[in-house]
This record gives sequence, C-alpha cells and structure tokens, in this order.
Amino acid sequence: MSADSVTASTASTSPQKPDGLDEWRGVGAEHAGEISAKGSVFLKRRSRALLGSLLRPYKTYVWLLIAVVLVENAARLSIPWLVRRGIDLGVPPILAGGSAVVLYETVGLMLAAVIIQSLSRIFFLRQAGRVGQEVLLEIRRRLFKHFQKLDVQFHDRYTSGRVVSRLTNDIDAIMELLAGGFDGIITAVLTMVGVGVLLLVLDLKLGAVCLLCFPILLLLVRWFSRQSSITYRAVRENSALVIVQFVETMTGIRAVEAYRRERRNQEIFSDLSGRYQDANVKSFRLVAIFMPGIRMIGNITIGVVLLYGGYRVIEGNMTIGVLAAFLLYLRMFFEPMQEISQFYNTFQSASAALEKASGVLEEQPTVKQPENPVPLPNAKGDLHFDRVSFSYVDKRPVLPGLELTVPPGQTVALVGTTGAGKTTIAKLMARFYDPTEGRVTLDGVDLRDLAEDDLRRAVVMVTQENFMFDGSVADNIAFGRPDASREEIIAAATAVGAHQFITELPHGYDTDVGKRGDRLSAGQRQLVAFARAFLADPAVLILDEATSSLDVPSERLVQRALGTILSERTSVIIAHRLSTVEIADRVLVLEHGTIIEDGTPQELLTRENGRYAALHRAWADSLA
Amino acid sequence: MSADVSAPSSRTRHDGLAGPTAGPGTVGLTALDRPPMIAPAPPPRYGRNGQLKRRPSSSLWRMRRYLLPYRARFIAMIVFAAVGLAAGIVIPLVTKAVIDGPIAESDKTGLYALGLFALALGMVEATLMFFRRWVVAKATLGTETGIRTDLYAKLQRLPMAFHGRWQSGQLLSRMMNDLSTVRRFLGFGMLFITMNILQILVVTILLLNMYWPLGLVVLASIFPVSWLCLRNEREYTRLSRRVQDQTGDVASAVEEGAHGIRVIKAFGRGDHVFAKFDAGSVRLFQTSMERVKLTSKFWTFLEVIPSVTLIIVLGFGAVAAGQDRLTLGTLVAFITMMLSLVWPVAALGFLLSQAQEAMTAADRIAEIFDAENEITDGTSAIEAVRGRVRFEGAAFRFADAETDVLHDLNLDIAPGETVALVGATGSGKTAFTALVPRLYDVTAGRITIDGVDIRDLRLSQLRTIVATAFEDPTLFSMSARENLTLGRPDATDDEIAEAIDVAQAHFVYELPWGLNTRIGEQGMSLSGGQRQRLALARAVLARPAVLVLDDTLSALDIHTEALVEEALKRVLVGVTGIVVAHRASTVLLADRVAMLAGGTITHVGTHTELLDTVPEYRALLSAEFDPEDQLDEIEQTWLEEEAAR
Repeated sequence: MSADSVTASTASTSPQKPDGLDEWRGVGAEHAGEISAKGSVFLKRRSRALLGSLLRPYKTYVWLLIAVVLVENAARLSIPWLVRRGIDLGVPPILAGGSAVVLYETVGLMLAAVIIQSLSRIFFLRQAGRVGQEVLLEIRRRLFKHFQKLDVQFHDRYTSGRVVSRLTNDIDAIMELLAGGFDGIITAVLTMVGVGVLLLVLDLKLGAVCLLCFPILLLLVRWFSRQSSITYRAVRENSALVIVQFVETMTGIRAVEAYRRERRNQEIFSDLSGRYQDANVKSFRLVAIFMPGIRMIGNITIGVVLLYGGYRVIEGNMTIGVLAAFLLYLRMFFEPMQEISQFYNTFQSASAALEKASGVLEEQPTVKQPENPVPLPNAKGDLHFDRVSFSYVDKRPVLPGLELTVPPGQTVALVGTTGAGKTTIAKLMARFYDPTEGRVTLDGVDLRDLAEDDLRRAVVMVTQENFMFDGSVADNIAFGRPDASREEIIAAATAVGAHQFITELPHGYDTDVGKRGDRLSAGQRQLVAFARAFLADPAVLILDEATSSLDVPSERLVQRALGTILSERTSVIIAHRLSTVEIADRVLVLEHGTIIEDGTPQELLTRENGRYAALHRAWADSLA
Repeated sequence: MSADVSAPSSRTRHDGLAGPTAGPGTVGLTALDRPPMIAPAPPPRYGRNGQLKRRPSSSLWRMRRYLLPYRARFIAMIVFAAVGLAAGIVIPLVTKAVIDGPIAESDKTGLYALGLFALALGMVEATLMFFRRWVVAKATLGTETGIRTDLYAKLQRLPMAFHGRWQSGQLLSRMMNDLSTVRRFLGFGMLFITMNILQILVVTILLLNMYWPLGLVVLASIFPVSWLCLRNEREYTRLSRRVQDQTGDVASAVEEGAHGIRVIKAFGRGDHVFAKFDAGSVRLFQTSMERVKLTSKFWTFLEVIPSVTLIIVLGFGAVAAGQDRLTLGTLVAFITMMLSLVWPVAALGFLLSQAQEAMTAADRIAEIFDAENEITDGTSAIEAVRGRVRFEGAAFRFADAETDVLHDLNLDIAPGETVALVGATGSGKTAFTALVPRLYDVTAGRITIDGVDIRDLRLSQLRTIVATAFEDPTLFSMSARENLTLGRPDATDDEIAEAIDVAQAHFVYELPWGLNTRIGEQGMSLSGGQRQRLALARAVLARPAVLVLDDTLSALDIHTEALVEEALKRVLVGVTGIVVAHRASTVLLADRVAMLAGGTITHVGTHTELLDTVPEYRALLSAEFDPEDQLDEIEQTWLEEEAAR
C-alpha cells in the first residue's frame, strides 16, 4: 500500500472491499448455445407459423370475439354520450315543467347499454380466456411430446435445464400475453380510438384541442417503453446474479463453511444486492416519471377543456352536457395508457418464448420411426452388428466397421480402455443412436425397421443413471411394465434381491421414493432399476456400468440376482468390476472401437500377452 | 508451522468472522459482524385453553427497524400522498364551481381565474405523485436490501444441519418472492390502505354534503362493491394458489420427462409419461378456466356497479336539477367525484389480501431469522498447533434419524501422521470427515485437536487448522482463481502455482482466460477429474495443519492419479492427514488404515496387516478395482515398452 494511492480510493487500498464484479466472477462466454432467442416486435416466420397453426381451429371463433369486443366497447363508450343527452335534452324539459320522457328514455338507453356491455364483456373474457388456455394446453402438449420424440443425441446437447425452462418459464411468458396482454391492449386501443372519434364528433374544436395531447402522450409512451426494456433487462440480469450467488452459497454451504468463505461471500453478496437495488431504483424511477407524466398530461388536458370548453359554453357554442361528457371521456382516455406501456414488455418476452418454442419444434429426430415397420412380436435375441461404423463428430469414428454376432441367450461382457466404444455399442443396440454406416439387426431385422413398441419390448438398457420417478417403489418397478400386477412386481423385486429392503421401508412397496429417489441409497436405486428391467422381461438386456454404484453387500446380492436376470436372454454387460465379468459366457476386449480379444473368461486368462490376462494379474497384484 | 501463526494482517482476516473483536485495523465490517436488525420475537402469549396465540402482524412489525434509516423518506411519502389526495379531491369541486359560477353567469374573468386554479391543482397533483414515487423507490428497495443482506448473513452462519433440512429453492423463494411481497406492502399497500380509506371517507362526506339523497345512493353502492371485492379476492387467491400448485406439478412432470429421458427411452414409456404430464396439464387447464370464469364475472361487475350507480345518480340528479334542488355544476361535480371513488373502493379488496400475503411472507422470513444455530462458536485458541487429532467415543446421528450413522469412534492420529479411511459405500466415511471441521457436531463423545475439544475452539481457528477436499467438489460460478483461493483470499501467485502443481491442475492455465476464466455452472464446465484437482489445490492452498481428503482422487485417470499421489506424499509431510481411499494406491499414501464398517472403526493397522488378516478389507479393495483404468494403464505401459524397443 503506497502513500500516493491513499487518495485514489479506499477500495483499492483495502483487500477486504469488493474487488468489483468482473474480477471475482472471471470472464466467461455469455449467452452461448441457445437456438436463437431474440424476440422482436415482428414475429419471425416460424413463430408466426406456430401461432397460426395453434389458432387455426379457432379461426371463425376469433372473428366472433372481435365482433363481441367491438360491441362491448361501443356500449361502454356510449355511456358518457348518454350522460350528455340526459343533461342537455332531458333536463331542460323538466326545468320548463314539461315531461320527463327524454330523460327516462335516456336512462333506459343507458341501462340497456350497461346490460349489453356486461354481457358481452363476460362473454368475451370467458371465451377469450378459454381460447387462450386451450392454446396453452396445446402448446404444452406439443412441446412435451416433441421433446419425448427427439433422440438422445439431441438431449445430450440440449440440457434438461433448458427443456424444463422451455416448458415452464417460456410457457408462463406466453400465458401472460394470452391472459392479460391481448385483452388489455385491444381494450386500450379501441377505447383511445373510440374516445378520440367521439370527442371530435361531440365538438370538433374542443376535440381537436384534446387530441393535441396525443402526440405528447405517444412520445412519453415510446420513451418509457424503450427505457423500461433497457432497465428491465438490467434488473433481470442483476437479479439473476443475486440468485446465482445465493443458490450457490446455499448448495455449496459445506465448502463455504469449511473454508471460512462467509466474509468474502457477504461482501460479494452486498455488492450484488446493491447493484440489484440500484437497477430496481432506476426502473422504479422510470415509472415514477411515466405514471405522473400521464397524469400530468391528463390533468392539463382536463384543465384546458374546462377553460376552453367553459369559454365555448359561455359563448353559446357548446352545451354543458357536452362539457360533462368531455370530462368523463377524458378520464376514460387516459386510464388505459398504463396497459399500453406494459404490453410492450409482455409482448417482447412472449415472442422470444414463442421463437424458442418454434425452434425446438422444428428440430427433427435423427433416430426416426420406420414408415413400414417389420413386426417382431416375439424376439429371440439374436443380435448382429453388420460392419457398423459410428462417429459422434464427423470423420472421427468411434467404431470403424464393427462386426459382431451375439447368439440368443449368450451373456457378453465388454471390457476396454477409456473411449474404446463400449457405451457406444450399448447405445447402438438400444437404438439411442443409429449407425453412421452398416446396420444393427435383431433376429435379422434392422433396428431401424422395428416399431418403437416392438423394439422396446425386446431390448432394454439399464445404466448407472437409475432415475426414480415420483411415486412409490412399486410404481417405479412397474415402469418396466405398467400393466403388471402387484404379485408380478413383488416377484420381480424378489428375483433381483430387492424384496428384503423394500419390505423394510416405512410403507413397503408403497413408500414414496421422494424427489428423484432421495430416500433410497444409490445401491437401493440400482436394485429397483434391476427389478424394473426384470419385470420388463426383454429378449436383450444391456447393463451399462449398472453395478458400479453398489456397495459390497448389495453387489453380492446383485451378483446372485444377475444369474437369474441374465439366464435365458441375450445380455451385454459393460462392467467396472472383474467379478461381474467373470459370470459372462464370453468376454470382448475392446480398444479404439475394435475387438482385440474374444473368448470365454477362462480362455482369455490363459492367453499369453493377452490384455485380459494382464488385467487379471494386475488385480491379483493389487491385493498382494 | 500452521496458518494461524502467520502475519497479524492475515490473522485479523481469519479470525474476524466471530465478531467485532478483530481490532481497530479491520475494514469492511459486514452484516456478519452484527446480529440481524430484526426485532426479537415477542414473548409467546397463550389463550385461555393453553393454545399459542399469534398476532398475524407480529412478524411484519418485527421488521420495523429496517425502515429506520429511511424514515425521512417514508414520512415524505406519506405527506406527498396526503397532499396529492387532497388536491385530487378538490379538483372536481373547482370544476363544479366553474360550471355553477362563471359559466352559469357568463363571467369570463371568473372562468379564467377558477379554470387556471383547477389547472394548477392538476399539475400539483401530478407533481406530488411524481415526488412520492421518486422518494419512495430508494426507501422501500433499501429496506428490502437491508433485510436481504441480513438474511444471507444469517443463512451463512447457520450450520450444515440446517441446510440439510432446507432445500435451497425454499430459501430462495423466501429471499426473493417473500421479501418482495413485504417490500411491495411497505412501499405501496400499507400507504394505500390508509389513503383509500381516507379518500372514501372524505369523498363520501363531501357527496353527502353536496346533495344528500344522491350521496346515500353512492354510499349504498360502496357496500356491494367492497363485499364483492372481498369475497372474490378470497376465492381468487384460493384458485391462484391451486393454479400455482398445479403449475408446480406440471413442472415436476416436465422435469421428470427431461431428466429421465434416457430411462423413458430405454423402456419406450413415452406414452406413459405423457399421460401423467397430460393429466396434470388438464387439471391445470380446468383450474385456470375456473379462474377465468371468476375474473370475467368479477371484473365485469366491478365495472357495472359504478355504471349503474351513475345511471341512478343521473336519473335522480336530472330530476332534482329540473326541480331546481340541484345545480348542473353540482351534478357534474357529483358524477366526477363519484367516479373517482371507483378505484379506491375496488382496490381495497386487493390491498387487504396483499396485506395478508405480506404478513405470511414476513412470517416465513422471520422463521429463518429465528432458526437456532446449533453449532456455536467456542472461545479457546491453540497457541502453537501441532495437529494431533483424537476421536474419543465420538458418535453422530442426523437430527431426524433414529439410529447413529457413526458410533464409538476411537482413533488417535499423531501430528504429521496420515490415516487412510476405508469403507464400503454408505459406511459413513463422508460423515466422518465432516465431523472434524465441525460441519456437523458429534452427538456423543468428543473430538479433540491437540487436546482441546473442537467445540471449545474458535470456529475460525478450527477451520483454519482443518482443510477438506470434497469428493464432489463445489465450484462456484466465479473465476478459477477465486475458486482456488476460497480459504485464503490473500494467496500470492507463487503459492497458487505451487498448489496447482501439487494437484496436477495445470489445465487451468489453458482455459480461455487462464486463471480468470469463469468456471462452475455459469461458466466453463470442467470434467469430474478437473473439478477434483481444483478442489485438491484449494485444500492444499489453505496450508492446513490437518488435511482431509474425502475421496478426492476417485475421478482421476490412473496416470494423473499417480502424479497427484506422488505430489501429495510431499505435501503430507508434517501435516496430519485423513484420506478417504478406494484404491490400494491411495491407501499407500497413509501410514495407517482405519476400516469403517457398520458405523464404527472395526480395524486399524497398516495396509499389509489388514490385507493379510481382514478378509472384508480384501473384498472391499477388490471390488474397487477398476478394469477400465487398469486397462488404460496396461495399454500405456505396453506402448511405452514398445517405444523403448
């Protein structure tokens, strides 16, 4: 700390002060990887197409709604007009001691107007609401179905977080527009246009004076819309930073506390929430200018109307009724301005959401369903890789022309180095991917020619990612075959050795597994996943590192169960444990996508200079 | 030498956590250094039947101290609002005066004078509205930030046990949603409840005063409006809650569909999952439709009632005017004023439900402030740390569990000694390591460092002595440097480079912006092995007297692991080490091995001793043997041999 830097700033002299956002946050590539996300005032072609296809079933209905909304607004706008009629034409006859017919007539008309207004309003709100909700339901369904249809390759790239956000946040943005935005803007525009016309008709000169405020109003609205979209973005960005800091502190509280990170965190958080506050203050102050600004213009206009209108009444060029109508109309005129200013933001985010949704819906799965599927109701489990090549990235093949036949009922274990292509082989068998060249066949039928149902009944893959769905343990086992009876579920659990621990759970098979299976240990989840696969009873079972999360006692259980599970069906195991490999009929040693050793475990053990033999030696050595 | 006897400057930093004792040299006092400003909870009051009685507003009232720094602004807000309200009420009266006076009497000078006065009043009203909003922005948002900062500090002080019970999503919704509900009420709801009631009272009195029969009509119309608002608001809130819940259900179905996509595809259960999602979506649709129906009726009636009142007023008013009991100006003023009542009356229902929401939100926030901190700071300090760690009959169980995770732990680790901890998945290894830095407290027995019970030690010193590298390392969305220097913000570049060397984490230099690259969720994503190496470097950089490695090498490939192990051997000299190990090679880092089974230490000895005498130990290590890694190594050595030939 040098003496001349003291004046510079206290922040730079003290290491405990926040160093500023960029320094601790580091540098990162922002906003990468979204399928084009920018919304604009004009919807892009595909968003328009999506919106069009969503609204098509309601085509005639939309016209009806437009008619109704016009009627409603006409009825609403007629009321001040009728007030004028009452004052100007209804009162004088009474003053003159004459009949009150005109007045009664006016009151009757007003009642009629109110009734029409309320009926059409209820009709409009309800029906427009229904259309909006149905459109939302439809878009939810379409997106969900489409995400389910898209292949694993897509999901590898497009993270689950983004899928969730398409179906939640983005839908919310569209909903906001459908629920309030459109109704607000239609009413606002109709009111403004209607009032403007009526004012001119009521009294051309006074009306013209009133409409002078219009351009100023528009300028104010435009200024506000632009400024607020900037400040709202700042608010959103800053709130995101606050949220990230908060959530990461709470999820990483172990590291925070273990490393005494609290103080530095507090500084960073104070800095961030200070920025968030500043951004918010800015946006609040925009509103603090905008809303009173509208009020100011409105009040001045009313004042001018009073002055000029009063002058015209005194001159005898206008009636008091017209003046009263003007005052009522002007009130109506300024009310919807707020809606217009807010519509802009709603529309922006909704159109961005629509753009992203339409982008997703345009994605086509590379793993396609066959047009004319070959039926295969009872697969035997004869697997064949016919000169299969596969590459994730162009020109870098993971499998260069694999040739492999697995006869029905055989248990094959795959071992190999990192990146040897073991998991790729498994994924090709389960048709998570399609081969780049060659073909994978089951009982002689290309997997690409099998209907989804037949394929999934015949081939099931269990990975180490043992996803548990919301619901009970029984539900999760039944996922393998939803129509299974309770007895069948229990039988499956017993076969894989899961029955014991399940009965010890608080509610046995009906125990709720909790969010993503938090209540079950990794090993227990593994056993449930095995039971699930056993219940599905496929002709081909693929286990991809499926035993790696088991502890020793459960692994022994599974080891025993594996015998049951694997017998009488074709099975392929990618094992991380030698004990699992040893129960196989046949072992394949892979390197760079090619099979370099192939034989029974006993055969390979005796092979000189063999990898498998070397592996076994290393294992024995590690325990010496 | 251990970290706590370093230069005084760093000492204040490390020790400052505990409070304002750090001395005059400390800078940057934060909310951590003082208790939260929330007022203490009032003593509980019990009803006649012994039930706990709660005032619904009490939590909100406890937040009052956060308003104090902004009291001038809040007072200004009230003054501006009140004066603005008065101006707003006077304007129609002036309008009336214009119509009845100058216009009726064709008095142009009077018209100009009164008209200009009305104009001026209008401008004053708008200006006051501007001032009110301008002034209040900083006050309410400042209050919100004040509470938020204290809440964050409180949450950072709360121990792991608390965070294990609370999901971060729940905490987040308190910190963001509930807090803004409270803020909205403080800056808006509270003010307008008062102002609206005031306005309704004053205007009704004025209307009654102008022409009482019509005033009665207006008064009569207030009741159906407020009744309608209150009733519908309640119904609307109920439906909105249901919509919210069902939206949540749909969202979890969506999450399942997204996270479980591979399992769904493997079993071909797309239809099954869609059916579940669809059922939820349809339920949500139905509730939303109910809400649409409710609001369509509600909003319409809200508009209709004033219109009907207007018709009645006009009808009677015109008749009255015709009979000269009422001037036209009064009629116009009457109508204008009456219409100015529509919003305040309609908004009352909304405002009252906002008040209720704010009270619930304040309760939820206060709940966190009131959470007891079970891990309390000690007062002792160790002068010269040697690093002897002793477990003396220590046991641990989670607060809501019925059985101990760990029990009867007895282990004496000499200064500088390294002990490997071996045990099956779920045997409590991670809980064991969490006890040493007091992330959790033992529930029986005790743990001592250099003879001092760790519960008597200053937390800040304890956590300076002990550094842990976790198996699943938490990386924060910050620069790589910030992540590395988590435990020592003042580390020099040389020290950082050294730690990176030990952990073989040289890849950080190759990141796009080197050490300044943002990593974590919001930045560059790193592989499991890279994350572990960073976590290891982080622990090494903290230069602890006791280094705990919780399975830190599990995601490393065999080659890197060998390099890291080589470097660790050097680091562990003179440092007490607890190393959770899976592989024989990691076990070899240690002087002794402790085997965990059934929640306690069953065997202690050297690797060879245990291998010879304990079959379970042999089975454990055998199961951890990884063919893939081993084949990698075999290939590597064979390639090298070939190259040598």
